Parts: sequence; C-alpha cells; structure tokens
Amino acid sequence: MFESLTDKLQAVFKRLGKRGVLREADVDEVLREIRLALLEADVHYKVVKDFIARVRERAVGAEITKSLTPAQQVVKIVREELVKTLGEPGRLELKGPAPYVIMLVGLQGSGKTTMAAKLARYLRHNGHFPMMVAADTYRPAAITQLEVLGRQLEIPVHSEGPSVPPPRICANGIQEARRRGCDVVILDTAGRLQINQEMMRELEEVKRTVKPVEVLLVADAMTGQEAVNVAAGFHQQVGLTGLILTKVDGDARGGAAISMRSVTGVPIKFLGTGEKTDALELFHPDRLASRILGMGDVLTLIERAEAAFDAEQAARLEQKLREATFDLEDFLEQLRQVRKMGPLTQILDMIPGLGRLAQSISPEVTDRQFKHVEAIILSMTPEERRNPRIINSSRKKRIARGSGTTVQEVNALLRQFRQMQDLMKQVGKGKKGLRGMLGMFG
Amino acid sequence: MLLAPLTVSAMVVGIAQSIKEGLTRTRNAIFSRIAGLLGASEVTAATWEELEELLIQADVGVETTLHLVERLRRRASAEAIIRADALQAALREELRALLPSPSPLNLGNRPLDVILVVGVNGSGKTTSIAKLAYFYRQQGRRVLLAAADTFRAAATDQLSIWAERAGVNVITGAPGGDPGAVIFDSLQAARARGMDMVIADTAGRLHTQYNLMAELRKVRRVAAQNVAGAPHETLLVLDATTGQNALSQARHFLEAVEVTGVILAKLDSTAKGGMVFAISRELGLPVRFVGTGEKIGDLAPFDPDAFIAGLFDET
Repeated sequence: MFESLTDKLQAVFKRLGKRGVLREADVDEVLREIRLALLEADVHYKVVKDFIARVRERAVGAEITKSLTPAQQVVKIVREELVKTLGEPGRLELKGPAPYVIMLVGLQGSGKTTMAAKLARYLRHNGHFPMMVAADTYRPAAITQLEVLGRQLEIPVHSEGPSVPPPRICANGIQEARRRGCDVVILDTAGRLQINQEMMRELEEVKRTVKPVEVLLVADAMTGQEAVNVAAGFHQQVGLTGLILTKVDGDARGGAAISMRSVTGVPIKFLGTGEKTDALELFHPDRLASRILGMGDVLTLIERAEAAFDAEQAARLEQKLREATFDLEDFLEQLRQVRKMGPLTQILDMIPGLGRLAQSISPEVTDRQFKHVEAIILSMTPEERRNPRIINSSRKKRIARGSGTTVQEVNALLRQFRQMQDLMKQVGKGKKGLRGMLGMFG
Repeated sequence: MLLAPLTVSAMVVGIAQSIKEGLTRTRNAIFSRIAGLLGASEVTAATWEELEELLIQADVGVETTLHLVERLRRRASAEAIIRADALQAALREELRALLPSPSPLNLGNRPLDVILVVGVNGSGKTTSIAKLAYFYRQQGRRVLLAAADTFRAAATDQLSIWAERAGVNVITGAPGGDPGAVIFDSLQAARARGMDMVIADTAGRLHTQYNLMAELRKVRRVAAQNVAGAPHETLLVLDATTGQNALSQARHFLEAVEVTGVILAKLDSTAKGGMVFAISRELGLPVRFVGTGEKIGDLAPFDPDAFIAGLFDET
C-alpha cells in the first residue's frame, strides 16, 4: 500500500547525485519525505516534528561512509533514531513477592481479553503458574469470554457476578491465586475511554488495592493520531509500566507505537500478531523500526520459519540437501511448511525490497497456485516424485489429467523444481542451512 | 392528536443531541482550533502550515490533507481570499464536497431486508448491531439477529445479552460452527416468524487475512441464495480512533463483500473520525450511522452537514 520509504529516498538522491558530505538542502529534501512517511504511518505530528529535528541535527554535515549511498546514510540515521525512540526490547518485570499481578488496561476493543489469554499461555510456557481474573463486569459476556479462553488453555480463571465491584473481584482473585499456588495473576479490566473519570477512578482503586508489578496499556496497532491522548491519559491517571501493541498482523504501519512510547516513556513489551492464543511476540525495536520504514522484517521471517519447520524436519532437509537427494516429496513438504508461515504476500512483505512484489501478486492467485502444485505432485507416482527425470510426455499427460491441470503447468512445475534443486546444491555447499534456504526468496 | 408530531420532534432532537454530544470533544480538541486559527486574522504562510497539521491531527490523512490544502490555496488566490474567516467558509465547503449526500438506504422495499455487518476485530460490530436492531425496532420493523460470529469466545452470549436489551430475538449456532449455516437458519426463521429484517453479526477479521475474507464471501453468497438481492446493505464498522489503516480496511472489505456503507463507531471518544473524508473521496463509501456511546440508543444516522458543522462549532 505504501511506497517504501527507502525507495522514495533513492529517487530523491538519484536526482542529487553523489556527494561527499550531506548538505543541508539534500537533508531537508529527504526529511520532507521522511516526515510524510511517518505521518502516513500514523505517528503523531508533534512526535514527528521532534523526531525530524533530531535526525536533521545528526544528518547535516555527516560524513558519508564509503560503503553507503547518501540515501542509505540518511536511512541509517533515521533507523538508529527510530530504534532509540522505540526503546529497549520488551520483557516483563516480575519482581518482589509472588503472586505477581499484571493489570491490563485500555480502550474498548483494543484486545485486552485475548491478550490476557496470550500472556497467560506465554507465562505458563516459561515455567509460571498463571491465573486470570475477569474484572470486566461491563461488557456483556466479557466474563464468559475469559472463562471460555481459560478452559481452552486449561488456565484457572477467577470470576464473580457482574454486580460485584471490580476492585473486590481483583482482591478476591489474588487471594484465590495464593490458595491455588499460582504465581502470576493477570487482571482483565473493562475497556474504557481515558476521559471517563468515573471509570478511570475505578482503575486507580484496583491498582491501589492489588499493587500490580505491571500495568500494561493494550493498544490497537491501527490507532491514529489519538494514540497520544489515549496513552497520556492512562499514564497520568493510572501510571503505566509498559505498552502492548495488538493486531500487528494487519497492514497498519504501527506508527502509534512511536507516539505512545514517546509520550509515556514506558517500554513496549509485547506485540499481538494473530487471533490464536499463541500469536504473541516479544517486542524488538529494530524490527518495528524496519517495518515502520518499510524495510522488511527478516528476523521475524526467520522466527516464523523456525516455528513452522520443526527442528527435526529442518535437520532432515539439510541432510538431503547435502546429499543432493532432495526430491518432489520433500518439495511438497516444504511447500506446505511455507504455507504454514502465513500468506505468501505477508512473507514477501517482510523481505527487504520485496514489499513491492507482495503488492503485485494477489493472495487469491498464489493460493490457487499452491493448490495446483500440490495436486500435480499428488498425481505423480512415488517413483516419479523421487526421480522426476523419468517423467516423459505420456507421463506428463497422465499427471495433468489426474490433477486437473495442463501439461504446460506440469512442465512449469518441473522447471521450477530443477531450478530449485540447483539452488539447493549451492546452498548445500555453502552449508548455510535453513537461513540460506530462505535466501531463495530474495 | 399531538402525540405523533411530538414524538417525532423529540426523536429528531434526541438524534441531533446525540450526534452533537458525540462531536463535542472533537470540536473542542481540534476543529475549534481550526476555527480559532481561521478567525479574523489574515492568511499567512504559517496559516497554511498549521492548517495542514490540524487536519493531519484529525486523522484526515496526508493525501487528503494535501489535496484539501492545495484546493484551498488555489481558491484563495483565485477568489482573492485574504482573510482567514473567509478561508474557513471555503474549507467547510471543501470538506462538505468530500461527503456527498448519500441516496437512501436500500431497505424497506421488500418482504425481508438483510443487513450484513462486517469489520476488523474490536471495531464495535456487536454493539453497533444491537443499536441498529433497536433503531429499526423503534421504527416498527420486525428485526431478527443472526449471530454468525462463531469464532470469538462468547461472542454469541454477548449478542444475546444485547438482543435482550434491544427487545429482539437472535438465532445462534454452535461455537466454531459454520457461519453460513447460521445465516441460513436465520433467514428461514425470519420467514417462519414473519420478520421483515435480519441483521447479521460476523466474526471480526483483519482485512489482510485472505482465508477469513473468503469465508465472508461465502456468508454473503448464502444470503444471496436464500433472499433475492441479499444482503441489501453491507455495513462496515470502523473504529473512530483508527488512523490511516481505516482506508485499507474499507478498500479490502469493499473488494471482498461489496460494502455499501460505513458505521463510524466510538465517536464519543476523543477521536475525530477524520479518515471518513478519505474513505468517501477515494472509495465513494457513504457513512450511514455514527455510534456515540455505550447505551442501546447511542446510534444516529450520519448527517454530513451536522458532522461538519459540529467540527467547526466553537462552543
């Protein structure tokens, strides 16, 4: 959707030509583009103003490193400032006597209840015994929603009737956690506007009663300029210790994160990246900076790949690569793994320079393509899959008929496979393993 | 004898009040500053820059803001506008031109109207549907709700509680079940019970999730196969606090399920809803309703004149 900032800057510098030192006029032209890109990414305009001033100060007169073009040099400075602004990588601060209380607050619909379940699951995975407390007595069925999630995850939920005041529910919940031997308690509070004083007072009271170690603002990554007022409002009235950005798996640039971080100074701790309860990532400033700048997100890609391919499979594939025995069965298997990583367009979007490609292909077409390839391979005999070289024209006709495709498509697949085999051999020689294989996209 | 006109007037006042209250904060926060900015003083270079920033801050978006400012600049020189208050009138006109008055909703011309409500997670679909049901029930329509969000835990319970408040019935399915089946059952039930309107809730989904968008298309097909021309309106619920991503949401949902209009939810927040201008300008999608609070009656038909007048109101 958005033209990558790097592309825009390249165009600016092509006009300017190469120079030894960044001149003020060059920098200003570049900064105009950066300003627009940040505003398009929903960064608050005042935050953009301050940010641009800082970059300008550093960029004017900066020596251009030999290995970098002027555009790269400016982007490097922008990126570094952005990473600095976004702060340190996220982690929970669970200190003092257990049970540790984590309080989730935010606007309506920001994703608190889902996030409570994700955090609980994450904490259990890391050796804790979490419990969730349903303190949203306002939204119809919010309590039921948390109970259902708790049952699905087999994590205890403390709930009381909708007429009990939330501060009391929270206090009782912590008693219950002590009894059960749970060491972390996650409070799911009701969504509220930061300007609703009565509701904000309720949060203060909960905080006073339960003394949480973390008060986390859960905010939608798609939030616009309003993010500043929301974060400031919650921070002033309740006192936040961190931020969680949800719905990051959409196509929002997430500039709201910069705004909220700037205005509160508290760290961003987690990102919610999907509807399922395992879709939670620790926050990495460098990755989000790349995403905001449209520079791809290779690290997340690698992580996703590692989650989709299990270690054993990866080892087996590597073995096959080295022995050059990678066949169509393996190809099919790998294809299915790539699909598990998410839609192809999303994967391409994370690779630097391929964001454009992602825009040019439709998910619909790639989805169909995946299915065709699968059908073609499944229409081959096991022998053909192991040794595609034996596939002559009469076999091709049979395969095309069997898979409901055409001989041309079968040919295209076999050609693709041969190219891939060649690539694999090179990768195998270089012993780059899984990460090297991913390089085939770029 | 006076009852009917009194009730109608009271309703009109109530609606006007409700939209005004929803806009009060918008007004105070941003556009009153525009009004102040464009007050009696003369137009200077700084006027333009500030105008640009204020529009950006209202989530109007970079492109639409630049478009508006450019048009105003041209008008300022063509019409020799040197006073800022004249510029304000011009800005009102330009904003108004971005929100053409929509044709009436395609409802009420047949035995059974079907409204499909879609949107991303957490935008306010379920609440908006309950308000919509209440709104049409007040107008004497016989409304049935279809709880086709079978994905989110307890979504059905949430809609059922709201349905009770709205005084309408709801058809539900099994958790994790086929949303198309819920639509089918609801349409059958509506006919059997003599209902004349079905409003269907759907699971929230990010517009970038291809499979879930395909599922939504299927839901739409099921409606079309069972009632001629259905869904007669497909309304996209947008959260007023959303920034530039709202345009992407509208574009994707429009492509997938032929959205016919927008419900702007949570306008009672401090958010400005400025992205509505870009959505109207680029996609031609009209805003049909605004959500102005958490109560069942907090929904009003969108009135572009009131919306823009509200933005400029200084009180």
